[in-house]
Amino acid sequence: MSLWKIAWRSIQQRALASALTAFSMALGVALVVAVIVIHGVIDQSFRRGAQGYDLIVGAKGSPLELVLAAVYHLGRVPANMSYDAYDELVNGQFAADIEVAIPICLGDNFKGFRVIGTTPDMFARLEYLGGRKYEFAEGRNFDDVAPREAVIGATAARKTGLKVGDTFRPVHGSAATRGEEHEPFEIVGVLAPTGTPNDRAIFVNIEGFYQMHTKSPEEPDRALPAMKAETKPKSQAADPQSKEQDENVPEKGESAAGKSEDEPGEKQESHAEHKHHHEGIPDEHKEITAVLVVLNPKIPPPRQIALPKLISKQLDVQAVAPAEQIDNMLRGIVGNVQLVLLILAVMIVVVAGIGIMVSIYNSMSDRRHEIAIIRALGARRTTIMVVVLLESILLALGGGAAGLVLGHGLTGVLSPIIADQTGVSVNPFQFQLSELILIPGLIVLATAVGYLPAVVAYRTDVAQSLIASP
Amino acid sequence: MLLQLREVKKSFFQPDGSELPILDIPEFDVDAGDQVVLVGRSGCGKTTLLHIIAGISRPTSGRVKIDGWDIALMDESEVDQFRAERIGYVYQTFNLLPSFTALENVLLGMTFGRERPDRERAKALLKRVGLEHRLTHKPPMLSVGEQQRVAVARALANRPQLILADEPTANVDVGNQQQIIDLLRETCREENVALILVTHAPEVAEQFDRVEYLEKINLVRGGR
Ligand SMILES: Nc1ncnc2c1ncn2[C@@H]1O[C@H](COP(=O)(O)OP(=O)(O)OP(=O)(O)O)[C@@H](O)[C@H]1O
Ligand SMILES: [Mg+2]
Repeated sequence: MSLWKIAWRSIQQRALASALTAFSMALGVALVVAVIVIHGVIDQSFRRGAQGYDLIVGAKGSPLELVLAAVYHLGRVPANMSYDAYDELVNGQFAADIEVAIPICLGDNFKGFRVIGTTPDMFARLEYLGGRKYEFAEGRNFDDVAPREAVIGATAARKTGLKVGDTFRPVHGSAATRGEEHEPFEIVGVLAPTGTPNDRAIFVNIEGFYQMHTKSPEEPDRALPAMKAETKPKSQAADPQSKEQDENVPEKGESAAGKSEDEPGEKQESHAEHKHHHEGIPDEHKEITAVLVVLNPKIPPPRQIALPKLISKQLDVQAVAPAEQIDNMLRGIVGNVQLVLLILAVMIVVVAGIGIMVSIYNSMSDRRHEIAIIRALGARRTTIMVVVLLESILLALGGGAAGLVLGHGLTGVLSPIIADQTGVSVNPFQFQLSELILIPGLIVLATAVGYLPAVVAYRTDVAQSLIASP
Repeated sequence: MLLQLREVKKSFFQPDGSELPILDIPEFDVDAGDQVVLVGRSGCGKTTLLHIIAGISRPTSGRVKIDGWDIALMDESEVDQFRAERIGYVYQTFNLLPSFTALENVLLGMTFGRERPDRERAKALLKRVGLEHRLTHKPPMLSVGEQQRVAVARALANRPQLILADEPTANVDVGNQQQIIDLLRETCREENVALILVTHAPEVAEQFDRVEYLEKINLVRGGR
């Protein structure tokens, strides 16, 4: 009979105590797993989201904020850059370096989903997740010459209930602020799910976006001095960064109002453009929040590396590699939060391990007689010691296995919440490689906590324990 | 000669430091396949003697030779191995492991020897003691007589040369007593195993050809 079986029988004999100690181990391991899995998935999803764009160009400011807003539709909306800079980027000295450059404008939402002004090239020319083409579950891409057409991401469509043919009125600002409603756009296409943050956004023709305020002349005061004095150059009071911008850039509308309004973070609104123009808005009146750039794959690597700095300097903007920013963020903030959570979860596991030790140790006095019987059958002291260690390992690994299931179950329960909040879809059965470390980790822990009771078992006096009544 | 005891002394040391002599046996021999009954009043050291023969406790001095091997000279793990392979033990309180089935208790008797446990032999032994229909029962589900029969099968499991039975029938009723004694004697004869049986029951003792009174072979008189 194997020693494993002897250890297992001893666990069975104290089924309740064993189950409880294993359960506490399961809880600890479940937490570890949840932390690892959720972090792993967030990490992966962020990195995946950054695929497809080589550079993000925007007004000078926080590079991470720019990337989060432009790629993930999260956080504050950064200040705008001038259309001239965009024009220079696409048609000027960098034209040969750039394969695709898609302008986007932020600042509106519909039912909490960001409304993004862009060009049809966003879906016609960009790819996601390393080479996949955008597809439409319903309808088609919006048309360049139809300023009031819109396309909606899969999640946004499901949550808002918007279908092809429906119209909606974007609201100025972010979800929490009640801005004024704009003229309606018509949905002409619903994107197939991509697993990227774009599932949670609504895309409108950038021309329509520029026109947005023009048809509500009775707009309240918070609408922009620039709307009245169309081209009056004036640097922005509330945004120090914009002071660095070209003095000729038309003033940005709402940022002052948006900032003073309420909480930081989500709140910041800065409309790309709020000007009265009906058709063919002159370029010098347009602003852009960011440009999504795919570089020409043929440019030599040194040039590729030098480009962000060159662009930033020449155009007085910032050009950042999203992958790098995300990497910094994940390693910095997210990594540290994970570390703290992981340490806490590991401490729970260690406490559960001590529970195993106490449980086995307490059972030792009841088991002296049985140990003596097994010794009298010819088992060595070391054999008895091994049996007790195996018992500890079985409890730890059994609890650990249950914890693995529990942990993935937990992420399964949490995944819809995470998906709703961040657009990151968590597959609860996606095992992370780092979970494998649990196996040797638990064995080491079990051996350490099993050592004390094992030594007690090792020292059992056979002759005396045999005479003592069972 | 299977078992040879020479000048075996055993004393316990009391908490106050004084020595308490229990055994002083100049000579005690048992031949292979022999059946010996050992009698003596309570506390005279019968269990202590069996423990010494089994290597469960060490004599204070003297030689304990089994099949030519002096177990008093072996280190502890060698004695354990030796016991696993050559000695079977039957106790007054059966000492079955309650969480193991009857079959597993017998298999456990084979686990610590050199050879791999032989399931078929374990089953055959249980059949021999009349328990083929109780293989998967755990001891608490067995009657007292059945439990002791499992213990007999377990003692025989590793094909020992010697079985030590310490009052094996003290806890069973008179009807079962004879059954157990017969079973022990017959199976030992069948397998050519020597038997040393301790008993307080005269009707058991008188069935044996060789009866040893511990008080006679032991020079420590009056016990404690
Ligand atoms: N570890 C010990 N320390 C001190 N004295 C002990 C120890 N073990 C046994 N004794 C004493 O040794 C004596 C012999 O004990 P043993 O159990 O061998 O007697 P026994 O002949 O088997 O008695 P019984 O017929 O009642 O079983 C007893 O007086 C007992 O108290
Ligand atoms: Mg006794």
